[in-house]
Amino acid sequence: MSLSPVEGVALAEIESGGDEGGAATKGVVGRSPGQLAWLRLRRDRTAVVSGVLLVFFLLLGLAAPLIEMVYGIGPREQFQNMLDGFGMPLGYAGGVSGEHWFGLEPGLGRDIFIRLIYGLRTSLFIAFAAALITATIGIVLGALAGYLGGWLDAVINWITDLTLAMPFLIIALALTPTITLRFYGERGQVSSAFGVGVLIAVFAIFGWTSTARLVRGQVIALREREFVEAARASGAGLGHMLFRQLLPNIWAPILVSFSLAVPQFITSEAALSFIGVGLSDETPSFGRMIYRSLDFLQTDPAYVFFPGITIFALVFAFNLFGDALRDALDPKSSR
Amino acid sequence: MARFLLKRLFSATLTLFAVSVLTFLMFFALPRDPVSSICSKNCNPERLERVRDDLGLNDPLISQYAGYMKGIVTGRDLGSAQGGRCDAPCLGWSYVTNEAVSDTIARVLPVTLSIVIPAAILWLLLGVGLGMVSALRRGTWLDRLAIGFSLTGASLQLYFVGAVLLLVFVYNLRLLPVPSYTSIFDNPAKWASGLVLAWVALAFLFSAIYARLSRAQMLETLSEDFVRTARAKGLAKPKVYGRHALRAAITPVVTIAGLDVGGALGGTVITETTFGIQGLGRTAVDAVRSGDLPTIMATVLIAAVFVVLANVLVDLLYAAIDPRVRLR
Repeated sequence: MSLSPVEGVALAEIESGGDEGGAATKGVVGRSPGQLAWLRLRRDRTAVVSGVLLVFFLLLGLAAPLIEMVYGIGPREQFQNMLDGFGMPLGYAGGVSGEHWFGLEPGLGRDIFIRLIYGLRTSLFIAFAAALITATIGIVLGALAGYLGGWLDAVINWITDLTLAMPFLIIALALTPTITLRFYGERGQVSSAFGVGVLIAVFAIFGWTSTARLVRGQVIALREREFVEAARASGAGLGHMLFRQLLPNIWAPILVSFSLAVPQFITSEAALSFIGVGLSDETPSFGRMIYRSLDFLQTDPAYVFFPGITIFALVFAFNLFGDALRDALDPKSSR
Repeated sequence: MARFLLKRLFSATLTLFAVSVLTFLMFFALPRDPVSSICSKNCNPERLERVRDDLGLNDPLISQYAGYMKGIVTGRDLGSAQGGRCDAPCLGWSYVTNEAVSDTIARVLPVTLSIVIPAAILWLLLGVGLGMVSALRRGTWLDRLAIGFSLTGASLQLYFVGAVLLLVFVYNLRLLPVPSYTSIFDNPAKWASGLVLAWVALAFLFSAIYARLSRAQMLETLSEDFVRTARAKGLAKPKVYGRHALRAAITPVVTIAGLDVGGALGGTVITETTFGIQGLGRTAVDAVRSGDLPTIMATVLIAAVFVVLANVLVDLLYAAIDPRVRLR
């Protein structure tokens, strides 16, 4: 994915660390590496703050219909009477008032706050689904390539190179309407669930490479160790080798890369909506809002700032948490 | 070394071939008839059929592909409706813009190069410099500042940063003109002032990532034995850090820089859209919107060429930086 410069860093930083975090603590209490990591995470102030912030965002997204009920305004309601003759919201800072906390969209006059809440829901859902799918594909392909080696390794590597060589944004831009047309024809009413599904599929096709590379590298490092040889000697099958012997040893870097992949997909979704693919205007989304807002940059800057700052806060919290998670899982890391 | 290079070039060619086939299939599998976008409502069936014939859409896929490839290598005759003879790197004829695709590319490629190359120089210098400084001054306020900077930059979005920059420097302070492209050969000052916001926005976001990466790498290198040995031998600090440590720490930075710069050269879609500059990326987006197949093909292929070439270049740089690679 050409979009996400962070993934390389994550990769390079993750790859250096294993998860042998179980170094003996001074006490007598025996703790598993997982427990130790959890303890370290809880003691880390940044981790706690960003974690709480993330949970808050997740709850906001999950409770969107509930918030709509309390707030009393829906994401598609228009308040044309609150706009002036040019379609600009009346009042200060884009029409911020007790009734419309973040003001109104110029033109259509929809409420920005509730659209942001629903946009958060869409973004988080897409990002988590895409991250889960790409992680699964990446783990399976990477582990197979690393463990079996030979021609399979060469083929998977080559496919990875190929995927990286395709310009993601342009292909996604071209592919999304094609897929939609295939299923709906020229005139069909595209449901928003379908739009979301197509986006996730496009991310799945392009997003698995970094996890695959990471897992492959880790598996190669483990492949020649004694415990793997022992398992093989006792006649373990391929599935057992991969999922019982190898994967439990590399879950830490995978978890970190997962936690850093989620914000990448959030920004990719926003970027795609920004250039006008993906979701229709019906589905509230961050990128769509920013794209529309750019036309009003001079006349209504508040409209640019609310979605821009929300998406920044969300991604920032994810990045902080991912870093803290890495530190907790890999005490040797020098970051 | 020569063998290594040959092997890399061979696999690069293979990748490019696969990209071209995939793109070709992907776009010719479009259910939408590319011809209908060329002449929309008032188009009689005969003309439609003629255009289809001119485009070669009635030929089998394989011969269409072969014709396209032959055009790139040797040039080909496209027929009078498509501007006649089309010279060597022939990328076809666009009915949407009514010009040879290679002319379009020749016009927009310098724009993207003018955005990416200065921005890349900026972000590499800034990123690696910051990373070095904060690694050497670990734990000080300078380090914390650099970490804060890089975390913020890594979480910001280009369209948002771009919008803020536009708002402040163009619309409010009126220090800069509305971003636009002028050729550097016509007017270097105007060239720079029209693109400087794009450079700053790109450099800010990208340098954040490089600062993080080079800091981590530098810290790791500084704890290595050879650095201590060099110091113990009495080598001056700047020499140890600048020469020995930097060289070892920079290899992963080179890999990622290659991928980033290669990817960006293929079109900075978001940057170009935010600042309203017509480069390769915007051209690709417009082509997709209007169903302009030859232009889509050309932009995707060019983007892929940049990524693949950047990969080969990274491998060569690796060999230059790290002598151990050469031995393999």
